[in-house]
Order: sequence, then C-alpha cells, then structure tokens
Amino acid sequence: MIVRVSTEGQYELQDGALERLHELDNACQAAVDAGDGERFHACYEQLLELIRGEGSELEDADLRGSDLTLPPPDITLEEAQSEFSAHGLIPD
Amino acid sequence: MAGLTGRMSTVVKAKVSKLLDRAEDPAETLDYSYQKQVEQLQNVKKGIADVVTAKKRLQMQEATLKQSVVKLDTQARQAVSGGQEDLARTALERKNVAQTELQGLDTQVSELEDQQQKLTDSEQKLRAKIEAFRTKKEVIKAQYSAAEAQVKISEAATGVGEQMADVGLAMQRAVDKTENMKARADAVSELEAAGTFDDVTALGSGEDDIDRQLKQLSSQPAVDDELAKMKGELGQGSAPAAAQISEQSQEAGAGGHGSESAPADAQPAEGGQG
Repeated sequence: MIVRVSTEGQYELQDGALERLHELDNACQAAVDAGDGERFHACYEQLLELIRGEGSELEDADLRGSDLTLPPPDITLEEAQSEFSAHGLIPD
Repeated sequence: MAGLTGRMSTVVKAKVSKLLDRAEDPAETLDYSYQKQVEQLQNVKKGIADVVTAKKRLQMQEATLKQSVVKLDTQARQAVSGGQEDLARTALERKNVAQTELQGLDTQVSELEDQQQKLTDSEQKLRAKIEAFRTKKEVIKAQYSAAEAQVKISEAATGVGEQMADVGLAMQRAVDKTENMKARADAVSELEAAGTFDDVTALGSGEDDIDRQLKQLSSQPAVDDELAKMKGELGQGSAPAAAQISEQSQEAGAGGHGSESAPADAQPAEGGQG
C-alpha cells in the first residue's frame, strides 16, 4: 500500500508493516485525546520512522494515489486535536 | 483506519475529489487538471520567492543588530572608563535587547531556510508529476475510448491532484511561518524606529520612554553581571562608580574633590579594544 507523509513524500509499504502502523496510529490518537503533547510527538515520530524505514519512497513522477495520508511531520498537538480541515491544515 | 491517519486520509480524499470533480467530459477533465497543475506550480514559485524575500529581510536586520551590539559594547566600555555608570548601564541594556533579538532572528532565519528547502522539494515533485501527467494524457487520448479514458484520467489525475493538495498544504505552512517571521521583523523595526539601538551618547540625560521600556525588556541581573565584568576587565573592580571617582581623585592627588574632574582624566578604553 502507498502512504503519503504530508509535505514530505509517498512511500510504498509492505502489508506486514500495516499492523504496527495501525497500533502506533491508535497510540498517537490516544495521546492526542489525552492532550499529552510530549507523548504524541514521540509516538508520531515513531510512526514516521516506521514508514521511512520500512517503506520505499516513490519516484516523483509516479502518478499513483495514496491509500493513506499522514499529517505533516511538524504537526502540533493543537492541529492534531482539531478537525484537519476546519483549522486550515488542509487548504482550500 | 480510525486514528490520526484515517481522519487525515478522509479529508485529503474529499479535497482531491473536489479538485477533480468539476469537469465531466474526459477531454475537459484533462485540460482542466493540467491547467490547474500549471497554475499551482506558478504559485509554488511565487511562494518560494516570498520566503526568500522574508529571509533576506531578516538577514539584513541581523546585520544591523550585529553592528549595534558592537557599537553599544564599545560605548559601554567607554562609559565605564569615564566613570559614567548610568550611561554604561543604558548601553548594556540596549545591547542586551539587541542580542536577544539577534538570537530570535537567527532561529527564524534557519526556519525559513527549512521552509525554502521544503518548498523547493515540493516544486520539484510537482513538476515531475505534471510532466508525467502530460505524457500520460497524450497516451490516454491516443489509445482509449471516452469511457475508458474517464477511468484512466481519474487514476492519473488523482496522483497529481494529491500532490497538488500536498503542495498547497506545504505552501500554507510556509506562508504561516513566514507571516510569523514578518511580525517578528516588524517588531525589530519598531524597536529600531524607537531609537532602541541608537547611539546612547547622542541621547540627552534623564530617563526617556525607551529607557523605561528597556528596563522592562532587558534582564537586569544580566546587565549587572556584565557591567561588573566590564569594570573588572577595565581594572576598576566592582565598586560603585561614585566611590571609584573619589578614589581616582585621591590617587591622582588632585586637590579638587569635585567629581566632574574624574571623567575628564579617565581615558576611553579604546586601546583595549583594538
């Protein structure tokens, strides 16, 4: 499957990594819900490392769409807490 | 997927469909998509130029502030040598403010460097995708019927559309950061306009508005420490200026104990700064 890290690039990931990604994603969401910025950033960094480490980056000219899109690496806790569209994380 | 990635993916997908759903006819979709892509690329170029301009402005302010720091330091030393502690303190307070601003600007300039790099990468990716799309567009036109073309086009366009949305996001973040830095640059300009970094010897005596604001801005212990250090370096110990002046007067053996004569005797510490 293809995963995009916003503002960074697309990576192709083997299905084996999916479970781990899923776990980390839920852990990040839990940290966001708890309002724990430190835990969130640590967790999200781990998630990004998993993708960068296990995935292979797509060629710039690859026209395939992504199955999953992750927020940008410099996302703040406040942005993660908001609806991504409402506070301009995704521009019109 | 429920978590963070699930939410973001849903928003991005909606965004990309909105971007592509405007035209129904395949040929129209192709032209519309391509036109949008080229427009977006122009926007990225403009965005990069804006970031570069903001960065240059901050760098110019950095250069000015560095000069102010050197000037105010020199003036503080001269004032200490001349026994004018108040003047030395004012110069050091201003130097302190200038240094704090300088540190802030330094961080901001490197953040802008990052933004510039990120946008340049985004531009390169988008350019490559647009070129790939243009090639694919010709193949689609030549080989497929209208019904098939619609499917192929939306597949190809999704890849570019997604990249366009992502570049839009990168741009927005760069613009937000640049705006913050403009605010910072404006704040420095205001301080400059208020004479904060001006020649302290050119000011009249008496505490003015700038002095009062500076005392709030600058950290007093830091100024005290530096003043004491400066006195030590200039061989004047850490005693209050008034005591020193009378000591100097006594050592000099001059009959008059008037404190006005002391500053005239003391030489500015230019030799020490060579």
